Amino acid sequence: MTDTSSIMAKKRSYGGLSTGTVAPWVICTAILLVLPYVFQSNSALTIMNQMAITIVFALAYNMLLGQGGMLSFGHAVYMGMGGFMCMHVMNWVEYENIPLPLPLLPVIGGLFGMGMATIIGSFSTRTAGTVFAMISLGIGELIAASSVIVVAFFGGEEGVSGDRTYGLPVFGYEFLTKIEVYYLTAGWLVLSALLMYLFSRTPVGRMANAVRDNPERAQFLGYSARWVRFYSFCASGFFAGVAGGLFAINFEILTEENLNLVTSGSILLITFLGGVGFFFGPIIGAIVFTLLQSVLSLQTELWQLYVGALFVLTVMYFPGGLAGVLMMHVVPYKLGKLGTLVVPYIKTLIPAAIGILGLASFCELMFHFKHAAVGEHDMSLFGIEFSTHSPIPWIVIIGLTVIGFWLAKRSSAELRETWGNANVMTSSKEGGAQ
Amino acid sequence: MELVLVILIDGLVYGLLLFMLSSGLTLIFSMMGVLNFAHASFYMLGAYFAYQISRYMGFWPGLILAPIIVGVAGAAIERFGLRKVHQYGHVPELIFTFGLALLIEEIVQFFWGKNQVPYDAPEVLQFALFSIGTNEIQAYKVFMIAISVLIFLCLLYVLTKTRVGMIIQAALSYPRTVEALGHNVPFIFMGVFGVGTALAGLAGVIAGPQLGTFPGMAFLLGSIVFVTIVIGGLGSLWGALVASLLIGWMTTFAASYNVAMADILMAVGFEMPEEMSEHALRDIWTLTLPQIGPILPYLLMVVILVFRPYGLFGKRDA
Repeated sequence: MTDTSSIMAKKRSYGGLSTGTVAPWVICTAILLVLPYVFQSNSALTIMNQMAITIVFALAYNMLLGQGGMLSFGHAVYMGMGGFMCMHVMNWVEYENIPLPLPLLPVIGGLFGMGMATIIGSFSTRTAGTVFAMISLGIGELIAASSVIVVAFFGGEEGVSGDRTYGLPVFGYEFLTKIEVYYLTAGWLVLSALLMYLFSRTPVGRMANAVRDNPERAQFLGYSARWVRFYSFCASGFFAGVAGGLFAINFEILTEENLNLVTSGSILLITFLGGVGFFFGPIIGAIVFTLLQSVLSLQTELWQLYVGALFVLTVMYFPGGLAGVLMMHVVPYKLGKLGTLVVPYIKTLIPAAIGILGLASFCELMFHFKHAAVGEHDMSLFGIEFSTHSPIPWIVIIGLTVIGFWLAKRSSAELRETWGNANVMTSSKEGGAQ
Repeated sequence: MELVLVILIDGLVYGLLLFMLSSGLTLIFSMMGVLNFAHASFYMLGAYFAYQISRYMGFWPGLILAPIIVGVAGAAIERFGLRKVHQYGHVPELIFTFGLALLIEEIVQFFWGKNQVPYDAPEVLQFALFSIGTNEIQAYKVFMIAISVLIFLCLLYVLTKTRVGMIIQAALSYPRTVEALGHNVPFIFMGVFGVGTALAGLAGVIAGPQLGTFPGMAFLLGSIVFVTIVIGGLGSLWGALVASLLIGWMTTFAASYNVAMADILMAVGFEMPEEMSEHALRDIWTLTLPQIGPILPYLLMVVILVFRPYGLFGKRDA
């Protein structure tokens, strides 16, 4: 067994270092390096920092959900605990003059998160499925509730805050500006994403997939499903803690909000939206969600309604998430038929987009009609000003919605047919011969 | 002694309310094998629908109509949403109900706003029925107890004594066999889902005036309902009853008796530290029972899951 497995391992590691696997990493790192020159404003940097932290957290979460098949409703605990610990360490560095450079702080968060995960995982990973989900929910609620009780560690209602700039300067950088913090965060993002990717290629990571798909069979092969789950859980706790440390460095404050069920729920949402089936799924999910959160929430009060609807529709129609939708196009691409899809896509998606925007406008109109201050009848949508009490906007919006969806539905049959054709090797000759 | 009686009654009201939610949830679980995260959202919908109806027709039509509307909505969601997701497996199903819970909360905020709506008990029931010592017991509380007990008896009768109940029980355990005998099992599942959500809706209708009708009410009760059925044993109706009452009394007692940790520690023989503000264990010294009351159910659930994953009365693994 050792012989074959070591040979297999060698083969895998050699095979892993092709240009196809290295190129995405190099490109992504280059993009991360260049981004601050493209988006220079302060708010853009904040959004990008937030995005990077969410990506690390979502990738850590997907180690459980996607790769290990464990649904956790309390993963914010490990990120939050790591973050709180980092906050305390940051304050100790300031008051006790401990020589700890700031860039190493996330390691402490990670180790603390892993410590928590070791304790809780020792009993929660015995089974996957509902028992695991329920234990994680219970632990999540317990820790969130104790954050108000245990004031010494969690700081009660106001949380724990600190100042990142009082530590040792690292090569002259004191992390006073956002851009320095951005590069610190981006560095940790690349490092932890790479480590998580490599973890998924190790035998333990591979076994996590096997245990997810068929624990019984994995146990017949001689692996303990429980220990495999436990290792994934601890590793996931570590990277969640790293995300917590990055959060502490960026925002310099942690509160009960970092531990509660809302945060745990939104990371589940982000990961699933991006797609749990692929390593890069949570990255897409984190980027899209952070953008929606920061851009959409400026435009409309109803953004959570739209995100909720998007989430439910994703689960119903695209259980693979956004990454799944992207990867669906690999087969047509390999068959060289991606081009045939362009026209039907345009014909379907543009009316569908009009319909969706119409529906959203309808919601906005109704919301304004119901909840605006008394006597305030004017509102603006997409830069057009109108009164909510005249029938014209209602007719226009309902008309646009209906027409958009009708056109989309009409051309969706064509899209489906083209899609079917694009996914099979057509050659009319072979078909005729059979 | 008087206080104990009052707490017993309050705990009973809360426990029976929990039972109305958890009984439906536990039935749905034994049927689909998946926990319905949106169950408490149907409870909230029940309260809001009843409020809307009560504005036009008064409280009593709302008591009948709102649960029916909620049940129909629940059945529709099972038919057009859950059944579609079911083919992808259990985790997407759980995630679907989770998303549904978020969506329903947003929809409620969309229509009724973020503040509490003025949904009150009917005036007929707004008087003190009797009093224990100086504590008056409102007639509405007794009405809540009566409705919950009535529902429990009906449910027990239907499930154990009638033909419909037999078919449902059989369909829960051996769906394929029941299907082979000519029953429409997907329809039965849809019906059970509808009835379960209607029960949750009814709980919302009667709890709305007592606990307040606001968009956070589902979130507040949602996770406690899970805890209840996990403690009681997934799929067990009696377990749900026992666990509901246990949690109801436990949280009410914890909220009403101010037992301080400092007293216990000093009784055991520890010395109270002089400098409390700098002491490392100061939080343990200042701990009181009302503080930890809300987390007791979660603690109990974790302990039960670790030592007895079947729950108190459950027969099958969660």
